[in-house]
Amino acid sequence: MTIRVMIPAHLRTIAKVSGEVELDVAAPVTIPAVLDALEARFPALQGTIRDHVTRVRRPFIRFFACSEDLSHDPPETVLPLPIQTGAEPFLIVGAIAGG
Amino acid sequence: MSKVRVLVGTRKGAFILESDGKRENWNITGPHFGGWEIYHINGSPADPNRLYASQSSSWFGQMIQRSDDGGQTWEPVDNKFVYAGVPGTHQWYDGTPHPWEFKRVWHLEPSLDDPDTVYAGVEDAAIFKTTDGGKSWNELAGLREHGSGPRWQPGAGGMCLHTIVIDPKNPQRIFIAISAAGAFRTDDGGATWTPINQGLRSEYIPDPNADVGHCVHRIALHPSRPDTLFMQKHWDVMRSDNAGDTWHEVSGNLPTDFGFPIQVHAHEPETIYVVPIKSDSLHYPPDGKLRVYRSRTGGNEWEALTNGLPQQDCYVNILRDAMAVDKLDQCGVYFGTTGGQVYASSDSGDNWTAIASNLPPVLSVEVQTIP
Repeated sequence: MTIRVMIPAHLRTIAKVSGEVELDVAAPVTIPAVLDALEARFPALQGTIRDHVTRVRRPFIRFFACSEDLSHDPPETVLPLPIQTGAEPFLIVGAIAGG
Repeated sequence: MSKVRVLVGTRKGAFILESDGKRENWNITGPHFGGWEIYHINGSPADPNRLYASQSSSWFGQMIQRSDDGGQTWEPVDNKFVYAGVPGTHQWYDGTPHPWEFKRVWHLEPSLDDPDTVYAGVEDAAIFKTTDGGKSWNELAGLREHGSGPRWQPGAGGMCLHTIVIDPKNPQRIFIAISAAGAFRTDDGGATWTPINQGLRSEYIPDPNADVGHCVHRIALHPSRPDTLFMQKHWDVMRSDNAGDTWHEVSGNLPTDFGFPIQVHAHEPETIYVVPIKSDSLHYPPDGKLRVYRSRTGGNEWEALTNGLPQQDCYVNILRDAMAVDKLDQCGVYFGTTGGQVYASSDSGDNWTAIASNLPPVLSVEVQTIP
């Protein structure tokens, strides 16, 4: 399945992309599966969204989809159908914090 | 004619300032990595086009960037800094045990003769090394595991390994400093380490003469005399003439002996520079006057250098990694401020000019003298 992913502006600079990223992700389409595909395509993003070792989401990163905050969902949670079909993008967001 | 390249790390990106050997006109490029904290950007002594930058943010963590063309283009390299084994605990601010957690790279020190070999000083305090140009990093765990680690505690800025000085005559000997654990030395390339804090006295720790626990801010040496070390401690300017085995105070007539950076003149091993700061709770210069102090006697006797520096209403700070010297015949001295100025002197400190005035707060300054 082709998943549309929007990453924060600073990470688009690191990945040298503009706009959304399209990723092929095999079912089940979970957040870890999307991140695995993203990091495989852009190795420089490893460690910027989740910890290298623990794979835990960095504190100031959030995952949004279909107007819902999925940041605290269990990792095995399958993403909503509009994300799986590519109708809606999966959003990786830098929190409004710090300066 | 030689060229000078000043590498400036700031709170919101990196800037590169270049001039010919006259050091009168400066071209500024940047921001590189705009919006990111650049704790340090440094060049290889063996290949001046090889640069490394520590890029970090609260949101996205640590990146290491590498340039092979003097900073015109950059590529991210490995950002995986994983402590060897089970890292254990150090002291937290309240004295309780706290697990070692990687936060950021404070300092990058390239090898003197191999552009692919670099040491990285990190928070929580540890030293890492790459020998493949940053493609992978491995901890030199002998430092963290040498025995006193559980007694180390963070300074106000975090428990950071911020200073790495390689002995130019013996690359197996490396000096490092940690806030607030103190100074350490290895004589075997980083396998084993010894605290070198005898003679330091710090009233803010339970035993002022303890072997570890001192908040060392910076160490510097002159390449011709690597056994003579100069230190700016939290309070006190110190000197050692036996590679750190013992230290004695050389604060002399300084208006205050608190400060962060210390540097040695490129051609005069007994000429050293500090920037006195009023106190640890008032991180700005005394009397609103920005003054570099120079000693031509290796300490104790100091003169204020003020020409070209603001002498009223100045309340900036100069951080530990934000002072450097060039190697031209007339030694240039450079420092950056938390107010975003970079000041340069092309005559060993007698006269100063702001070569950048409105940058983000400056975290680090390094200088390359390019033939």
